[in-house]
Amino acid sequence: MAAQRRVGLFVTCLVDLFRPTVGFAAVKLLEDGGCVVEVPALQTCCGQPAYNSGDREDAKAIARQVIAAFAGFDYVVVPSGSCGGMIKTHYPALFADEPSMAEEAGALAARTFELISFLADVLQITQVEARYSGVVTYHDACSGLRELGVKAQPRRLLASIDGLELKEMATPEVCCGFGGTFCVKYPEISDKMVSDKVADIAATGADTLLCGDMGCLLNMAGKLTRLGKDVRARHVAEVLAGMTDRAPPLGAPVSPVRQGKP
Amino acid sequence: MQATSRAFKANAHRALGNPELQRAMGMMRTGFPERRAVAIARLPEFEALRDDGIAIKNHVLAHLDFYLETFEKNVIAQGGKVHWCRTAQEARETVLALCREHGARTVTKGKSMIGEEIAINEFLEANAITPVETDLGEYIVQIRHETPSHIIAPAVHLVKEQVAESFRAAHRDLPHDRALDEARVLCDEARSVLRRQFLAADVGITGANFLVAETGSSIIVTNEGNGDLTQTLPKAHIVLASLEKIVPTLEDATTLLRLLARSATGQEFSTYTTVSTGPRRAADPDGPAAYHVVLLDNGRSALLGGEFQDMLRCIRCAACLNHCPVYGAVGGHAYGWVYSGPMGAVLTPTLIGIEEAGQLPNASTFCGRCESVCPMRIPLPKMMRQWREREFAKKLSPKAQRWGLALWAYVAKRPTLYRAASAAASRVLGFMGGARGRFRSLPLASGWTDMRDMPAPEGKSFMTLWAERRKPAPRQAATP
Repeated sequence: MAAQRRVGLFVTCLVDLFRPTVGFAAVKLLEDGGCVVEVPALQTCCGQPAYNSGDREDAKAIARQVIAAFAGFDYVVVPSGSCGGMIKTHYPALFADEPSMAEEAGALAARTFELISFLADVLQITQVEARYSGVVTYHDACSGLRELGVKAQPRRLLASIDGLELKEMATPEVCCGFGGTFCVKYPEISDKMVSDKVADIAATGADTLLCGDMGCLLNMAGKLTRLGKDVRARHVAEVLAGMTDRAPPLGAPVSPVRQGKP
Repeated sequence: MQATSRAFKANAHRALGNPELQRAMGMMRTGFPERRAVAIARLPEFEALRDDGIAIKNHVLAHLDFYLETFEKNVIAQGGKVHWCRTAQEARETVLALCREHGARTVTKGKSMIGEEIAINEFLEANAITPVETDLGEYIVQIRHETPSHIIAPAVHLVKEQVAESFRAAHRDLPHDRALDEARVLCDEARSVLRRQFLAADVGITGANFLVAETGSSIIVTNEGNGDLTQTLPKAHIVLASLEKIVPTLEDATTLLRLLARSATGQEFSTYTTVSTGPRRAADPDGPAAYHVVLLDNGRSALLGGEFQDMLRCIRCAACLNHCPVYGAVGGHAYGWVYSGPMGAVLTPTLIGIEEAGQLPNASTFCGRCESVCPMRIPLPKMMRQWREREFAKKLSPKAQRWGLALWAYVAKRPTLYRAASAAASRVLGFMGGARGRFRSLPLASGWTDMRDMPAPEGKSFMTLWAERRKPAPRQAATP
């Protein structure tokens, strides 16, 4: 058997803060795929808030930190297309005028993958051991879709889950209106976009919304609960890892059973 | 045109509360993308065609002086004239002088975004010349005293009931109680009204989709045929074009035309593609006696060699507008100047300044749909980010935003501090969120919670839990 792949998990700030279960789901999926997973302690954020606000210097400082923290791993895996896209496509661009850093950024970029595409494209996993009883609809988060080409991979893996039925929404590729700081800079426009998205989700009749990016999920889940829609929102990794009993759906009340557990 | 781009948020607020606008935008959000997708699926070589188109434009931009001079030489050889205008003011005055030269009282106009950019209609009106828009959408916005809200579908922000109302108000010689509830009827009415104007016009002004260097021709595409009547019936034809419209050959133009129609309306080709080369010749049955090209720079040549040069590849197909969720939510007028949507968010600051138009490149989620459909693969999100960088460097962004960002960056650059902060935030928010699992309001986050709930964190941060999980591991347990 080939040597085990050493994977550094870039947790992402939103998973760290809001949804540790996604991090553990990623670890489980990677370990099931034969990887050794480590979580470098020196990671914080990928730097998108600075980069997308025009603050190139802070974005570079944070990128340098990430590049240093993840040196030496065979792969770096990110449970987010947005942060994954930042490392994979934007870090090299950030250092385009600094040849030595550009090389390091390029090397990191080449080893970095969004979680689901890593499972499918690198580990060549075609099915997962999980059960999920429900009708799900899948939102293609923009950066994963358009920067990293994540589209078929999650759908293929979801199709291998017992009890899960996928119903596509009319426009799964249209932005949900999150956009990082966009949603607070332009709350009304963001609200219009997420309202349209939620209507599209509801029209499928699905009971579960899945997506590979926490930012988009917080936005859509927050709108779904605000409108009282009976749709459970989860990161796709939770379902693929069979870890949906670990945490209630995003924004849903903690069930009494779960609360009672030690 | 007075820019209101600074008031983008207020403009957007009004647009979001306008039911007719919302109904109209709802239709365009699905219609255009669906038609484009079908057209492109039917052309297997579309991606290769894109590469060819980009190569043509990049080549032209690298040799723009050569092709512009070749174009002028060939226009003159065909009996026409090129008027080089550095600024909008020069272009306006040139057009006015030409209209006066031809004794014009009425001027018919084909669709031209350069006409909007130099605000030619207001200028002609102020000088006692009546401009009449002949493109149906442009005609509608003209009689409503509005501006186009979309670069190829000027009246896309309106529903047909509004158009009917405007026709009743404008066409007072027709019976007031006539039926105007079908698009076909509206179209016929506009056609018959405009027919009289075509015949009365002294000068016809059109835009240009392409200027062809090798032949000295200008090319326009329309779906109504109004461009042909605008330019062939009057005594003089004035072409308004910006200098990046140039292509080397007719062959190059056809490559770009194949991309243009599919990207714009999902047609394989526009209904009318009209090539104009010089004025009427002795043996021609019709055509204008004079042919002028008013060639506008207006800051474009300053983009050459800079970080916004790729924007000059734009062929004004509007695919980026049609696929932009922000444009789809608020419509074009919210952008506050001539160009809207992603191409407008990049181009407008180059033309009226980032101080004036700073909101536009910020009003994007960077979803990337614009770049993915742009036939010229213009990196629109990247260029919007470049504008944000300039804005940040000039300290033009709001203070609260910059301070918040600075505070966040301070913490994000210090992993130990960051971990402590994130662990504390998870714990506190998780506790506050409690059994309910979400917040209906949060201090300092009303921008979020006014519209939607904030799902509560699980409780402990991932990094905290990961450290706890690792503690009992044998390798790390070997401490004294």
